[in-house]
Amino acid sequence: MTPSVRLQEMIRVIRSARTQGEERGIIQKECAEIRAQFRQTDNGERSHSLAKLLYVHMLGYPAHFGQMECVRLIASPRYSEKRIGYLGAMMLLDEKQDASLLITNSIKNDLSHSSQYVQSLALCTLACMGSSEMCRDLAPEIERLLRASTSYIKKKATLCAVHIIRKVPELAELFTPSARSLLSEKNHGVLHGAVVLITELCERNAETLDKFRKAVPELVTIMKGLVTSSYSPEHNVAGISDPFLQVRILRLLRILGHNNDSASDAMNDLLAQVATNTDSSKTAGSAVLYETVLTIMDINSESGLRVLAVNILGRFLLNNDRNIRYISMTSLQKIVQTDHNAVQRHRGTIVDCLKDQDTSVKRRALELSLALVSPVNIRSMMKELLIFLSSCPVELRSQTASGIFNAAERYSPSKRWHIDTILHVLTTAGGDVRDETVPNLIQLITTASELHCYTVHKLYRALVKDISQQSLVQVACWCIGEYGDLLLKGECEEIEPVQVTEDDVLDALETVLQSHMSAPATRGFALTATMKLSTRITDNVDRIRSIVSIYGSCIDLELQQRAVEYNALFKKYDHMRAAVLERMPLMEKNSPGHTNGDSSGEIKEPEPAKTKPVEPILLSEPANQVCDLLDLLGGTDTPVQPSSAPTSTATTTSSADLLDLLGGLEPTPVPAVTVYEKNGVSLKIQCDSQTDTDITVTLIASNSTQNDISNFTLQAAVPKSVQLQMKAPSGNVIAAHGLGQVTQTVLLNNPNKVSLKMRVRVSYSDQGTMLQDTVQIDSFPSPSWNSQPSIGVL
Amino acid sequence: MIKAILIFNNHGKPRLIRFYQYFAEDMQQQIIRETFHLVSKRDDNVCNFLEGGSLIGGSDYKLIYRHYATLYFVFCVDSSESELGILDLIQVFVETLDKCFENVCELDLIFHMDKVHYILQEVVMGGMVLETNMNEIVAQVELQNRMEKSEGGLSAAPARAVSAVKNMNLPEIPRNINIGDINIKVPSLSPF
Repeated sequence: MTPSVRLQEMIRVIRSARTQGEERGIIQKECAEIRAQFRQTDNGERSHSLAKLLYVHMLGYPAHFGQMECVRLIASPRYSEKRIGYLGAMMLLDEKQDASLLITNSIKNDLSHSSQYVQSLALCTLACMGSSEMCRDLAPEIERLLRASTSYIKKKATLCAVHIIRKVPELAELFTPSARSLLSEKNHGVLHGAVVLITELCERNAETLDKFRKAVPELVTIMKGLVTSSYSPEHNVAGISDPFLQVRILRLLRILGHNNDSASDAMNDLLAQVATNTDSSKTAGSAVLYETVLTIMDINSESGLRVLAVNILGRFLLNNDRNIRYISMTSLQKIVQTDHNAVQRHRGTIVDCLKDQDTSVKRRALELSLALVSPVNIRSMMKELLIFLSSCPVELRSQTASGIFNAAERYSPSKRWHIDTILHVLTTAGGDVRDETVPNLIQLITTASELHCYTVHKLYRALVKDISQQSLVQVACWCIGEYGDLLLKGECEEIEPVQVTEDDVLDALETVLQSHMSAPATRGFALTATMKLSTRITDNVDRIRSIVSIYGSCIDLELQQRAVEYNALFKKYDHMRAAVLERMPLMEKNSPGHTNGDSSGEIKEPEPAKTKPVEPILLSEPANQVCDLLDLLGGTDTPVQPSSAPTSTATTTSSADLLDLLGGLEPTPVPAVTVYEKNGVSLKIQCDSQTDTDITVTLIASNSTQNDISNFTLQAAVPKSVQLQMKAPSGNVIAAHGLGQVTQTVLLNNPNKVSLKMRVRVSYSDQGTMLQDTVQIDSFPSPSWNSQPSIGVL
Repeated sequence: MIKAILIFNNHGKPRLIRFYQYFAEDMQQQIIRETFHLVSKRDDNVCNFLEGGSLIGGSDYKLIYRHYATLYFVFCVDSSESELGILDLIQVFVETLDKCFENVCELDLIFHMDKVHYILQEVVMGGMVLETNMNEIVAQVELQNRMEKSEGGLSAAPARAVSAVKNMNLPEIPRNINIGDINIKVPSLSPF
């Protein structure tokens, strides 16, 4: 029995498992045996055990217990054990684990081993999973091996150096001289590694990049050798001499020539030669050509060379290989901004790729087509893109719709074309457009005043035809609500006349409201549109009132709240309905003519934000009503609820009012409320300040009789839990005719926050007659007018 | 840089896994499953490039793959690699396997997993392309295999020698035994 049969036997057994559970059982048993083997002394079987463990690891089972075995096998003198040990280290260890530290010394020793195959194992492992510490320790060894006698070791040491530089960038200087000399090598593997190493050095350090610019002639010479001769047939791939090496050199040349005129000049001829002479009938040649194009586009190349590069990409678009078409469009996408005209020449081919069967190619073609849209080609490009929209894969519809919207917004030749295009998209792919499309379109429509009639007609017809496209339905409802009167006129120059009746429109909106396909937001749009129509029509207002009333008990709270508000508008504030529901103001600052405003007696200020979403505007209507209500309340001098006003003669009251004005009282921060008025004597209470538990009020007494009042005093009583403090009054004489007043400040502390009540006794002398009265104040005015005092005379 | 090389069959069973950047074991298996789902649902008439899945790094990386009979060969690479170049490299790798195993098939990858890794190490090292010449790769692999075999022969000898020594009854050998007697005994032990 040969040793490797054990691994194969285990694999055979594992593969014979019929269920996942059975496989797990077999593997657990095998792992137990592997562990036992690892614990035994050297019996020649350890390498086989580790090989079995690596297979188990590949299947996804835990294999970390083999890490120390890797460390031991690496230190073994036997090549077979070293080999599998190093492989295990690369697969099971990682630089973050302590075990990787243990192999640093082994790697160091093996880097000096007499056998190049052992050296190779160490180099490979270091390049694969060497940590920063390992790289620092072993960098001098690698630098030494860059000058080894065999190409086999040199090429591996070179890539190892790349890894070290990536891990410890400050070690780059150590490898720079060797990298330069490696360019003199003939072996392609070493050359390839040298180019990769120099690329890494240049990408990390601008100074190093500058130094290696001097190597451009050498690289050009190497490249020309590859392009013109076939002296190394073993590297020939489909007629191309070592395309891998060519691609690497071209990439390095790109980095060296970037933003550098002299370096770019040095490689111009070479690039032209490669671009002209390389056969692109196979993938290998296309790879070289493609890299050449990328290099031409990225360095300071001549314009003729750039056109040649773009034309190569254009030819790639016609290639049968979809991979080549794909990468070609990827590149054209990158350069479309800088070489727009050159790419435009291939617009037809690019648009044709929209019909490609490959989704990846379609996606690239879409991105590129959208990038190529311009004011000149907007109409034809949009036609193509709209055709694409109706047939493209589902995952591309959203991107296509957004792209069309953006392009139409930037380049639209006319507003009507713009509206038509967007309506087309909403009709075709309404379900795939993004949410901001609806407010954007509404904003666009409001600014096109001359097209309101046209737009509302088109939208109405689209709505009647199909109510499943939510975005379209929302925009249509909004327009019908705003411009329903234009719809009912039936006069529109651009569309053949179709008479629409009020009932037709309301039928359509009611269909949206009741359809199970309507989203809640869509129903909201429809309800608001219905309400707006109540001021745009003449005959069916009752029907609208009925519709709105039904939704006052809708299960959707948003819709219910809206309906309740609209019902209130009908019942209590009908006189304001026309104003509240008039047309929306224009949504742009510099809107011309305020056309919408002309339809009403008032011209409103335009909204400050141009692109304000429409939804908040719709929602703000109820808020406007609330503000109006508050204004109504604020405009009256009497409380809403009727109260038992104190009885007094009309003459006296009227006289008191006039005298108050004559008195010229200073304005108070909060209006005072009269709590007592009798026999020409009035008492007002004013709230000065208020916190959670404290309130400071001022009592103001005035005298509107013919005689002065003397001996005026106030007494107050409050509930037990409230503490009362009365400051000294300003006096005890109130001059006649309202010319004087007595004020007294009262501080109330209410720690328990009980309902505040205060009983005030008024005492005074009027021409020698003592008078006394008591009034109870059950609530106090506050600055926000949240509560109203109720007054009772005891 | 090549971040990972994955070979799995049409059912997603891994046949070779090689990560050149560290991922925990669980994550590795998830990446394999994710990559399999991304690749397996693509028709054979679409291009061989697609964006990497979110687990392996997302759109910064590309999956470049070829589908042969029952196996997918997938390279996950970053932007420094040439897409068409990697496609050709996969071809070189597959042709090399074909040469080493003589008409390679999935079973060869299953039962000779370690050999496949050794071959791959001569093509890609540390996530970087090392050698693209198939003949050079095959030659190096054969030399290494030969070295391992020859060393295997040598390593067997000491074991046998130890066994032979253990079977000698040294204390019982008379002091005055002549050399001729010893020589006669040694050949008789060779059957062990």
